[in-house]
Amino acid sequence: MIKYLSFFKIRFTAGLQYRAAAWAGIATQFAWGGMTILMFRAFYQNGENAFPMTFPELSSYIWIQQAFLAMFMAWFFDNDIFNNITSGNIAYELCRPCDLYTMWFTKNMAIRLSRTMLRCLPILLVAAFLPYPYGVTLPPDFLSGVLFLFSIIIGFLVLVAFSMLIYISAFYTLSPIGIRLLATSVIEFFTGAVIPLPFFPESLQPIIYALPFASMQNTPFLIYVGYITGGGAVKNILLQLIWLMVLITAGQFLMKRALKKVIVQGG
Amino acid sequence: MRLYLKYVSMILKCQMQYKASFIMTIIGQFLVSFTSFLGVYFMFSRFNSVYGFAFSEVLLCFSVVLMAFSITECFVRGFDVFPRLIKSGDLDRILVRPRNEIFQVLTSNIDFSRFGRLFQAVLMLVYAIPASGVVWTFEKAAAVIFMLIGGIAVFSALFVLYAGISFFTIEGLEFMNIFTDGSREFGKYPLSIYGEGILRFFTFIIPIALFQYYPLLYIIGKSDNPTYIFLPLLGFIFIIPCYLFFKFGVRKYKSTGS
Repeated sequence: MIKYLSFFKIRFTAGLQYRAAAWAGIATQFAWGGMTILMFRAFYQNGENAFPMTFPELSSYIWIQQAFLAMFMAWFFDNDIFNNITSGNIAYELCRPCDLYTMWFTKNMAIRLSRTMLRCLPILLVAAFLPYPYGVTLPPDFLSGVLFLFSIIIGFLVLVAFSMLIYISAFYTLSPIGIRLLATSVIEFFTGAVIPLPFFPESLQPIIYALPFASMQNTPFLIYVGYITGGGAVKNILLQLIWLMVLITAGQFLMKRALKKVIVQGG
Repeated sequence: MRLYLKYVSMILKCQMQYKASFIMTIIGQFLVSFTSFLGVYFMFSRFNSVYGFAFSEVLLCFSVVLMAFSITECFVRGFDVFPRLIKSGDLDRILVRPRNEIFQVLTSNIDFSRFGRLFQAVLMLVYAIPASGVVWTFEKAAAVIFMLIGGIAVFSALFVLYAGISFFTIEGLEFMNIFTDGSREFGKYPLSIYGEGILRFFTFIIPIALFQYYPLLYIIGKSDNPTYIFLPLLGFIFIIPCYLFFKFGVRKYKSTGS
């Protein structure tokens, strides 16, 4: 346990070094969030009733999404891991007396968390002071806040567990670029990063909510804004837990299979 | 020009070496912009117009912006990955060669996988041209072509500006993404929907609206000001400051040494 913790620490502090980049990132995300809200505002001016979320709910959703972007961005992968596999350096990793899956998992968590640490507070702070319908508001009640905390942790783990599958796929394909791009666009879309899932057509919603992608950022954010409450929230968190277990089991299984016949690339 | 074509075919052959990956990347590129299209579609399935623009009219705008962007990204990709050239020190090699450095950066990287995006844009345009209910005249067709050309000019200028800035920051500047990727993402809707201030910013400072919003107004008949047809060509003026800035960067350039 301690060794994984130190992997976590190393990665985490390394991630904290890029402060200038973080400021640029914050400004970018701020502009991005603002433009998204303005886009939605244009649609809402037709009449709010046609839409599933109220406008203040939506604004909160967008800002929370920007604040925790680094945690949930699907396009981000640790290139070191891919290079390890394609260059053959994986041999060294295999010599280490620790479980490769757990090690990569913790490294991934650390990078994402360190970036989130740098970015989330400034964004939330500024967004909190924006005038009423455009800013971020607190969750509707205390319970929602607590459930949100549970849910965001599990959602984060689900995303990392899923991206582990992409890393592992590099053992089989060796050229991860294509699969990365495919996976990224599928995740981004079905997790609600293009438009929030409540805006999807009603007929598709039961299917989309059952997919693992909805268990990533969608569930915690919708709990935060109060779109899902009480029993519904608990049910969704249970679904998140189920997906987390399925994805981790699948990842560990595939990893074992890949390692059994891994061919170390020379060079 | 002959030399350029030679480079193009060389890079194309090079990328075709990894066929499976190349095709996957094209499909991936297609999917990325297809999900973006679905996002627009879902929004319009809730309500069929935004700010007086119908779905097919927005698609017209979206497809031209996406097309201009993907063509630019394909051929001007060298400037997009320019920070890498600086960081690795490869720029030094370029500067000592007896050829124009712009030409060399252009030929250092051409990304044909962007055709996946282009394909999506063409599909949307093919759908939008009849569906938008526009009575097509010669002027309106010309306006679409000018939109495309002007778009390529402005996006290229933005990439050159981006490269110029990286002379001073060494790292790529993430903030510039809001203008490059951002204008692709937010340019899918006519810029007026974001409000007066944003429209003005994108008219006078970063001239995206010149090739996107104004000619669109003319094409869909919201305005019959014929100067709007030629407005996209003003985008070429935007190249000048960006180019000068890049030149300025080259002159100030100190190698990173690695």
